[in-house]
Amino acid sequence: MIRTPFTAPGSIRQRLILQLLVLVAVLSWVLYLSVRTVAGAAVETTQDAILGSATIAIAEELRGGVDGVAIDIPYTAFSMLGATGEDRVFYRILVDGATVTGYEDLPLADQPLGGLSPLFYTREYQSDTVRIAAVERSVIVGSRPVRVEVIVAQTRSAQDAIVAQMANRAATLGLGFFAIAALLSLLTARSVLQPVNNLAEAVGRRGPQDLRPVERPVPSELAPLMAALNQFIARLSGALIRTETFITEAAHHIRTPLATLRAQAEIALRQSQDEAARAAIRGMIRSVDDSARSVGQLLDHAAVVYRTDQRTDEEIDLAALTRDMVAVFGPAAELREIGFELHLPDVPVTMTADRLLLESAIRNLLDNAVKYSALEGLISVSLEVESDQARLGVCDRGRGLSGAKSAALTGRFRRGENVADVIGSGLGLTIVREVAAAHGGDFRLTEREGGGACANLSLPLA
Amino acid sequence: MRKLILALGLILSAAGAMAFDIEEERLFASGQETSIVSILSTTDIDIFEPLVVSFQSVNPGITVQYTVASTTEVYRAVSGRERAFDLVISSAMDLQMKLANDGFAREHRSIETEGLPNWARWRDQLFAFAQEPVVLILSRPAFEGLRLPQTRADLIDLLRANPERFEGRIGTYDPNRSGAGYLFATQDARQSDTFWRLTEVMGGLSPRLYDGSGAMIADVQAGRLALAYNVLGSYAAAQLAGDPNAALIELEDFTNVLLRTALIPREAARPELGAAFLDFLLSDEGQTLIDEKAGLPRIDAATLASAGHRRPIRLDPGLLVFVDPLKRQRFLSEWTAAVVRR
Amino acid sequence: MRFLLVEDNPDLARSVQTRLSLDGHGVDWAASLADAEDHLATASYDLILLDIMLPDGDGRDFLAGHRRAKRDTPVIVMTARSAVSDRVALLDTGADDYITKPFDFAELEARVRAVLRRRMGAAQPLRSYADLTFDPLAATITIAGEARELRNRELRLFEILLAGPDRIFSKGQLCDRLFSAAEAVSDNAIEVYVGRLRKKLEGSRARIETIRGVGYRLTSP
Repeated sequence: MIRTPFTAPGSIRQRLILQLLVLVAVLSWVLYLSVRTVAGAAVETTQDAILGSATIAIAEELRGGVDGVAIDIPYTAFSMLGATGEDRVFYRILVDGATVTGYEDLPLADQPLGGLSPLFYTREYQSDTVRIAAVERSVIVGSRPVRVEVIVAQTRSAQDAIVAQMANRAATLGLGFFAIAALLSLLTARSVLQPVNNLAEAVGRRGPQDLRPVERPVPSELAPLMAALNQFIARLSGALIRTETFITEAAHHIRTPLATLRAQAEIALRQSQDEAARAAIRGMIRSVDDSARSVGQLLDHAAVVYRTDQRTDEEIDLAALTRDMVAVFGPAAELREIGFELHLPDVPVTMTADRLLLESAIRNLLDNAVKYSALEGLISVSLEVESDQARLGVCDRGRGLSGAKSAALTGRFRRGENVADVIGSGLGLTIVREVAAAHGGDFRLTEREGGGACANLSLPLA
Repeated sequence: MRKLILALGLILSAAGAMAFDIEEERLFASGQETSIVSILSTTDIDIFEPLVVSFQSVNPGITVQYTVASTTEVYRAVSGRERAFDLVISSAMDLQMKLANDGFAREHRSIETEGLPNWARWRDQLFAFAQEPVVLILSRPAFEGLRLPQTRADLIDLLRANPERFEGRIGTYDPNRSGAGYLFATQDARQSDTFWRLTEVMGGLSPRLYDGSGAMIADVQAGRLALAYNVLGSYAAAQLAGDPNAALIELEDFTNVLLRTALIPREAARPELGAAFLDFLLSDEGQTLIDEKAGLPRIDAATLASAGHRRPIRLDPGLLVFVDPLKRQRFLSEWTAAVVRR
Repeated sequence: MRFLLVEDNPDLARSVQTRLSLDGHGVDWAASLADAEDHLATASYDLILLDIMLPDGDGRDFLAGHRRAKRDTPVIVMTARSAVSDRVALLDTGADDYITKPFDFAELEARVRAVLRRRMGAAQPLRSYADLTFDPLAATITIAGEARELRNRELRLFEILLAGPDRIFSKGQLCDRLFSAAEAVSDNAIEVYVGRLRKKLEGSRARIETIRGVGYRLTSP
């Protein structure tokens, strides 16, 4: 039995892993972004605090006086800016809106300053991005309050460097998280699917006749699947039983009335002296036989098809089986003065096959031969073993094939055109061919030398 | 003492386009004469000659034009874009720092610059190639019977205890006239409050003010000065070598270490040649030549670490504070008030 | 011969009864297995014709019980089922033969004879008539020490004639018993076999007489 792996559309395992990986990737990315953002904000806050302190330190050293503002930039104000990195520093001090020292083109804030609590803003300056802190205060010059603004700017390379380093760590963290989570995803996918695999394996190990419900502990998520599977098994087994019952019932209900009809026809035949009436009755009997045979073969065929799906193989001695089957046909053949000529090996010819299927094939071969043999004919039944093939030949001295192709004769409901007066539905050879195919064998019809036909059934022994 | 200044000041960046004064210029021609690297320096030609010659032997075909100017002129030349130089060398760390901070320097990265310790470079724009302690030198005869001072506190005590012996015999830089003197004074002021006490004490003893180390060293040797405060250690060591009457002292409370720095100007015509010369300066060969032939101590983190009192002047934005004209004016007024008695 | 017919379909049962009685056989009819047991308890039969599907049980169970009770009456099963699945089970449970409905009475008779022959085996009594001895098992007639082999249809013709010596059998009667009812043989076909049998009987006092316009009879002076 060829097992087709259920690959389309995609595997749950792959989908699960893919989804988990996507989820993990998104989480890693979010982790990376949050760490980066948080770190960036933290670094900026820190840098701003230093920049603000430096600015305030300068502003606090401003003194009022009688004729002007005393400006004494503390060394530490700038030195502390150099502590975190190698950033360029710019400053500008304005008194009453006029620049008194520093870089007079350093950008001013575009919103009102908040006294000594620094206002921070970012600008482009000297082809660099700078972070600027601005504070203002007033000092008394000659009993008049004078507004002094202190602006200190710093490039952001140290901050960028720290943020880049943080980002690197965040990336490493993210990648590490991804790697671990991906590994866990694989393991999870495996363990999640384990019960499914176990169930599949348990069902797969069953023999063809095993239609018991599957009973094994499964996770609750699989319970509906297993319930559905068991319902399906129950339906299948019910359907099979119904099929079998149907075949049996159909046979019974069709054949019993036919048997009655035939018996009464024979009685009528016996009691009738009128030759014309007798001929008519014989015709009727032939019709009954024709129907019975058709029904028989149809049901036989149905049974063969059913059986092919439900095969039970066993060791079979093909020679003994052939001998038995010939014996069954003995009386029917004798009635027509037909004899059998057996060429069977003395040793058993064993093969592994379904007994009922083989019997069905052989019976149909013999039935065919008896039906098409001339009165007082001789049917030759031979069994030969050639390397790994058993060849069963049933040859009669009937009308032969009249040149018809073997394949055409074995098709369903086909009959040779030269057998119009012989009862037969044509399904017989189809059954033989199907049994041969089911066992990996071959069936063909050939003209027999000296008249008649040979039916050859080849079956592999291995 | 605090000087009040009206809200009007000099803006350094607006220093204007005035011609700058050079002291000396020499062309070191090469045989093949393919290209010229133009160097502006505060260091004398004689000191740099062995380096230039050696550079040319490694890089044949490069003519070196070596121009010497004062530290302020060097600053003005670069910030005022007077002339395009490919490498600018100066002992004025504060001005060099200002140039770099204000965007006049170009970034350069090489194996040699990466080899520098962190304190010896800033933003891959400013590179130190020599480290010089700023020292005290004295005349032993003048200190006869006295213990040689080891700290500024020692020195203050000595000067206070023996005013007659040191009256008119103390030499130091005039920061008004000398950029180096201004740097040393401001760094001293930054490091310790003892500086202002020392300055007051020296001011009471009619100090003689100089604008260069060489003259101070010579006057100490000649016995005209009992001591000279804040002298460039490299010059002193060279001139005092073998003189039993002179002593060179690194004060143990702290000794500033000056870094001679180089930068490649943004306006450089041939920055790659400037960079080549810089890399040569920083290379092991160049450093050895600086140490042995030029007499400038090579960059060496190990000797600094072993001598805890030596403090390299840090290349950080703090240097910019004293370049601020208002701050400068204020500092110099205070200094002058302390030293020059009316 | 005396048959017990176990068949629940009354139409079929009556037809079979009538048809077999035309050939001179006695047939008792049982419509169920219980009925069959009653018949078997009170009478003895040469053969049981057994249907499989019966209202009070499966014919195969009856067969098994029949064999367990060591009753040796031969059984021919009449099956209406698909031949594929029944045969093995039937022969395994001890049926002597089976025949599929609808059946040809000629074939049934042939099977009955074959079963009986097989059953009696060597114990089959030789039958004598006039100066000949008939051995049904060996299918021979021995006349004055000379054994003559009978072919199948000659044997059956002789058996029929021997069953009623001096009785006149019409051509039709003989035909119906020798040939399948389905075969389109004319009554005259019997003449061929009568001719052949007469040849085999040559030199014996027994002979087959032709009663012109009526039929044949076996007779001896």
